[in-house]
Amino acid sequence: MELIRKLLRGPAAAAVLSLIAVVAFYVIVGRANLLELGAAASWLNFAANLGIIALPVGLLMIAGEIDISFGAMIPAGAITIALLSGTYGLPIEVGILGSLGLGAIVGLINGLLTTRTKVPSLLITLGTLTIMQGVVLWGAMSLAGNASIPLKSPDWAKFLFGHLIGNSHQVVIVWWVVMALAFGFFLHKTRYGNWIFALGGDRNSARNAGVPTTKMTIALFIMSAMAACFVGMCGAIQFNTTQVSGGMSYIFNVIASVVVGGVLLTGGFGSVTGIFIGTLTFAIVNKGISFTAINPNWANLIIGTTLVLAMLMNEYFRKKALAYSPKKV
Amino acid sequence: MTGSSTSPILELRNVNKSFGPIDVLHDITLQVRAGEVLCLLGDNGAGKSTLIKIMSGVYIPTSGEILMDGQAVRFDTPRDASEKGIATVHQFGGTFPLMSIGRSFFVGVEPTKGWGPFKVFDRKKANHIAINALQSFGITRIDDGDRLVGGLSGGERQSLAIARAVHFGARVLILDEPTAALGVKQAAHVLRIVNEAKRRGLAVIFITHQVMHAMAVGDHFAVLIRGAVAADFRRGEKSREQITDLMAGGETMADLESQIEGYMATHDGHPPPTHT
Repeated sequence: MELIRKLLRGPAAAAVLSLIAVVAFYVIVGRANLLELGAAASWLNFAANLGIIALPVGLLMIAGEIDISFGAMIPAGAITIALLSGTYGLPIEVGILGSLGLGAIVGLINGLLTTRTKVPSLLITLGTLTIMQGVVLWGAMSLAGNASIPLKSPDWAKFLFGHLIGNSHQVVIVWWVVMALAFGFFLHKTRYGNWIFALGGDRNSARNAGVPTTKMTIALFIMSAMAACFVGMCGAIQFNTTQVSGGMSYIFNVIASVVVGGVLLTGGFGSVTGIFIGTLTFAIVNKGISFTAINPNWANLIIGTTLVLAMLMNEYFRKKALAYSPKKV
Repeated sequence: MTGSSTSPILELRNVNKSFGPIDVLHDITLQVRAGEVLCLLGDNGAGKSTLIKIMSGVYIPTSGEILMDGQAVRFDTPRDASEKGIATVHQFGGTFPLMSIGRSFFVGVEPTKGWGPFKVFDRKKANHIAINALQSFGITRIDDGDRLVGGLSGGERQSLAIARAVHFGARVLILDEPTAALGVKQAAHVLRIVNEAKRRGLAVIFITHQVMHAMAVGDHFAVLIRGAVAADFRRGEKSREQITDLMAGGETMADLESQIEGYMATHDGHPPPTHT
């Protein structure tokens, strides 16, 4: 019982309950086959691609900042590797480094602009989002003459970044799980994690207490942009081609996943478990509907309702956590 | 002023502060010694906040000197001031409401255990030290370091912030209106903690506009009016009424009261209408 109470005070409580509620709804009302739903790759692939970006974006949100430029960084990562290793025939290693390097540079710019000015990071990354969309389209059209750039990858790169496990599950699922474990350790076990919470709680007090706030914020922006490039890069390796669009829908999906996962939009509260389960929940709501007897036209209504309910539960559990004090014995 | 034998820890000499053409502080001269509580009294807008910000390194004085242990010092940032042992605790105490007691206590100086990249935050140790520090100030009701700071009462949060400052070696404690938002019991609690800090040999600067609270703990009082020290006296030299009158800028409370009573007597017991 005590364990359950403790879980309910955690930032992931609402995400876990939402996940259970959504699956129950699809199985009971939608008459979905639980085994079939569980074995399906569609929602898990969707979740993994979202989740890799949701992890750093979630940490950034806990630190009190937001990044939406990843919407353009996904195609940017794909185009970069395809241009370098496809159009110009350079080794795939160069393409991979180029793609991640571009992420690091854009993340650095986002971080510097955010920490040097008082402009909210939402607006700054809205700017870099649009700039990078322009750069991506211009780069693809002027250098390759086409938005779909072909890319042939050697077997090892295909194996690491772009093959299907059991012909259905993308290998990025493995990356997502490994990254979730690493991010969980980083946020909840190391002192840097404590700095992230302090940053989101009160930036000035954190700085006065000796937290290197500027470096920390920049590092988080770099992680977020690099994660987006990584997702784009994996896509290009798997599908042997690129698209300049796509990625925009990720902005809404990633932020929704993070918030469903119990991260406070204004910072200072959240957990990696929550972000992980929030992403799973969002993916199942989104993709699971096709396994049910529910008319697909209802999809957005169900997604929206789930989001609102999850937010309300988050609010409720956060209050509970604040009011908590152990009973006197 | 009856002189004390010990020399002051923190001293301001003829400190002025202007923002552009506006002079906010004029010729402020103040001293505070170890084991002494200096109460800074003043109405809203008297310049108390600006003075705190100068002592805690947020603002640099336009002219004048700050001395610590008799040596001239310069605080360019709040970090400078806190490294020299000046800790400022603001009205709402803990500033990380959604962090646990143990975690917020050690922000920036987290205890770790383990090795290399697997160095982990030592939650047990952090909670243990934080709770001990808090309990040594008489807050025995709290024994779980995992509780969130936002769930504590106002007085408990103040106490936590003071205990934290003392634990990390503060010598001068600046308390910015610590009792302003608190109820009677909670305020009494904070006042006890101020006394405890004083007993431990800290120099305390207690900013308030509640004369009763100041008189309960103060050894030395300075009244600020329109950016200048209007009066500087020691415990027992002035009565509560005299201090209140001083803060109101000369217009005595008794005068105000008789005016109101006079009005009510001629207006069927209605108080005078208020003009913003």
